[in-house]
Amino acid sequence: MSRAQQVDADFLALPRQAVCQAGIEMAQSLGASHVDIRIERVRTGILQIRDVAIETQSDDTIAGIGLRVIVDGAWGFASSPIVSIEQARLLAQQAVELARISKPLSTEFIELTPEPTYKDQIWVSAYEIDPFSISTEEKVERLVGLNAQLLKSEVVDHAEAFTMFVKEQKHYADSYGTSTTQQRVRMQSAIEAINIASDGFESMRTLAQPAGYGWEWMGNSIWKWDDEIAELPTLLAEKVKAPIVEPGRYDLLIHPSNLWLTIHESIGHATELDRAVGYEANYAGTSFATPDKLGTLKYGSSLMNITGDRTIEHGLSTIRFDDEGVQAQEWDIVKDGTLVGYQLDRRIAARVGQNRSNGCAFADSPSHIPIQRMPNVSLKANPQGPDLNGLIESVDDGIMIKGDNSWSIDMQRYNFQFTGQQFHRIKNGKIVGQLRNVAYQSITTDFWGSMKAVGNQSTWVLGGAFNCGKAQPGQVAAVSHGAPAAIFEQVNVLNTAAEAGK
Amino acid sequence: MKPQEIIERITAAANYEDCIVIVESKTQTNLRWASSTLTTNGHISEQSVSVIAFVAVNGGMATSSITYPNVAEEDCERIAREVGEAARAAAPAEDFAELVKDKSLGEWSAAHHPTTPEVFAKTVVDLGDMFKRSISDKIELFGYAEHTHKSTWVGSKGGLRLRYDQPDGRIEMTGKSHDRSRSTWEGVATRDFSNINIAEIDRAIRTRLDWQANSREIPAGKYETVFPAGSIADLFTYMLWSSAGKSAAEGRSVFSNKNGGAATTRIGEKLSNLPINIYSDPSYPGLESAPFTIASSSDEVHSLFDNGMGLHRSDWFKDGELSALMQSRASAQQTNLPYVPAGENFIVDLPHSSGTLEDLIKKVDSGLLVTTLWYIRMVDPTSLLLTGLTRDGVYEIKGGEVVGAVNNFRWNDSPVELLKRIKAAGATHITQPREWAGDVERVAAPPMILEDFNMSTISQAN
Repeated sequence: MSRAQQVDADFLALPRQAVCQAGIEMAQSLGASHVDIRIERVRTGILQIRDVAIETQSDDTIAGIGLRVIVDGAWGFASSPIVSIEQARLLAQQAVELARISKPLSTEFIELTPEPTYKDQIWVSAYEIDPFSISTEEKVERLVGLNAQLLKSEVVDHAEAFTMFVKEQKHYADSYGTSTTQQRVRMQSAIEAINIASDGFESMRTLAQPAGYGWEWMGNSIWKWDDEIAELPTLLAEKVKAPIVEPGRYDLLIHPSNLWLTIHESIGHATELDRAVGYEANYAGTSFATPDKLGTLKYGSSLMNITGDRTIEHGLSTIRFDDEGVQAQEWDIVKDGTLVGYQLDRRIAARVGQNRSNGCAFADSPSHIPIQRMPNVSLKANPQGPDLNGLIESVDDGIMIKGDNSWSIDMQRYNFQFTGQQFHRIKNGKIVGQLRNVAYQSITTDFWGSMKAVGNQSTWVLGGAFNCGKAQPGQVAAVSHGAPAAIFEQVNVLNTAAEAGK
Repeated sequence: MKPQEIIERITAAANYEDCIVIVESKTQTNLRWASSTLTTNGHISEQSVSVIAFVAVNGGMATSSITYPNVAEEDCERIAREVGEAARAAAPAEDFAELVKDKSLGEWSAAHHPTTPEVFAKTVVDLGDMFKRSISDKIELFGYAEHTHKSTWVGSKGGLRLRYDQPDGRIEMTGKSHDRSRSTWEGVATRDFSNINIAEIDRAIRTRLDWQANSREIPAGKYETVFPAGSIADLFTYMLWSSAGKSAAEGRSVFSNKNGGAATTRIGEKLSNLPINIYSDPSYPGLESAPFTIASSSDEVHSLFDNGMGLHRSDWFKDGELSALMQSRASAQQTNLPYVPAGENFIVDLPHSSGTLEDLIKKVDSGLLVTTLWYIRMVDPTSLLLTGLTRDGVYEIKGGEVVGAVNNFRWNDSPVELLKRIKAAGATHITQPREWAGDVERVAAPPMILEDFNMSTISQAN
């Protein structure tokens, strides 16, 4: 059980209500039909340990107000690092002015789906230890200790430890009367062991996944760091000596520590509705999963069930109310292999005639406008499916892939290529050693259509990332993806050395 | 409080060896559009105050760096104390070097000069006209315009008083027609929007959409490929990001020697078939950037201790040879290599090469022309194998002319290997990368013909 945390007193002490009220009233008096205002403070710490010394230490706080209006069906947005009543009024003027400048270039009349109002709501994510309450020395000691453990091994020539921790505080208010104050904390850590040989180098990174935890994440109760570090040199030694993969088609048993990223790229981004209708066509791209295919597109095999949610405990996209005051929800995106749902914000929901947003609006800083961002998008386990050993035993001739590494997918989310950390060769239901230089490449619907076995809940892990990018100006979001282990039949495997012409 | 006052108060309150305060004030205005209508906009103002403490401890000098969003007068003493205490508790820094002191550059006392939406005044009118023409011609436009003014003050207890103002901006335009089955892109870098010619962007978009009237599928394979300058910038960016001297010296970089024995670097090795130069230069006309190092945290190639060090031309490749790797002063000393600091721009050129992209197309008997590269990621750091996509138009060239469009590809290739496969290059000009727009500002490069570019699989995206 998590100890209930509270929003920090110094954030609650900001004149939140008065500032928001002033901004909203000023914008309304200047003709805004909609006003939303966020007071935010986001603190990010980074520690990078190279072998046993600090290479990078940073502790960076951004704060300010972002105010958005709709005037005559056009958006206007302005932001400032100064949180005051005076500044909120000034931002209201600037945002309204920008909306008026924008009007002649706007043929779309912006409307938003309605949402009940929620007054004075307070929510804090499920974490135990605020990472900023732990001294840099204590954090460094933990990370240096893990690196030092790795460096004791003959096979490990260098070790790198990276940790990033974020505390995000938001007060939101809008012209309909909703007012929310929320605080969430997240942690990401990765440790990499590197071997240097006379003909090159090889590395292996931990499989620990980022999540909505505090510093308790770095102990051994949630993720068994000490055990993973103890095992890493053996895995690296095996990889260094492993043969290079023969390119061709293989059955792939993909572990959730790798599959989360494939879900993220080939399902998460493809089912963002703003993107599917073209809002990201100049930057992040569009999607093959266009709205005309809703309810009919065969996304994958009948074992494929994908949900979107902003509710799962410790999820990186989890929140109680989104940045448009919409309450967090859970819904189906793919059911029994068919596309049945999208990710929405209030504007895009209204544009396609839906009657409610499913709560996916998010802005990564007070300087940026809220846009539709990814909820936690997860693959359901198969209650009748095997455990990991059962899955391994069912593969005659294949590769088990663990851990994420390189990723890339095209602008309509068809063609992707991923690598990983560990590639275990499976023959006749048994692991017979590792391989090197493996990349898998496929087309989204071919790949998910080839999913012939899905593991049970014992194989399910919540993975994710801090660095999902979208929009211009660029915004970064953290998001989780839960997945069981699953088997994909006859996937195209490339040899990355051959691709490099070696 | 004014940036200068924040710096004076905090550094005056710092009772330790040295204290550097970096204040960054940024204003930005942006417009975004899709399907020929404005979708979002913004007028942004940001400030950050990075306070760096240098405290003598047993065995050396310890540091700490904390960045605050805004600072009130009554906060200054507390902040100076807080950062100092964090440093005092730390171990001696690995990247120690003598701090720069008593140096002044730039207009220290002037206020930040904000950009405003006014910068778009002419562009917005021209864009409106282009939207109208496009709607009547069934072309959909998607794009983004951004203008930024950033002022940076670096002041220290030891007498640094450095100021730099950096303007940046760009416009990007994607044009789609025929139910989005045709697509192309154009991007232009700018410092003040005075060079933005919307009519020219419109012409380029329409020409290339017309080229896509003939379209056919071709297989994956190795192709002689023409790249516009912007794609060359995108392709070589990862190479510069992977050119840290320390990693190379430790044997874990594409620029490490792998001939057995102790790790050494490939500095001095001829890596290109042509006398290519790649360098950073803060005084390059049109790409001017800060002539001194600004570092609010240390990393593999930057050090807090190097704040205020002068930046001049840093040559990474000279006459086709790897001439230097990126270093902080500390890493240069640790690796016994010259101190060559990272810059804030980069330039690729081939001396004596001239001509435009169109001139290069004429030199190709049978090959491809790409528009942009997308989703570029490192696959294998040992060879610097990258993967990525072609995006918004690949064209077939026959007998020196574009004869039609072909499908997109996923490519797998290494910029280090590609240096050996340069068939020809055009004249270097300031360009706008696409993939790394926003991350990588201020680039000049030539268009190039690269041989045997590895188009690994087909992408059906358009």
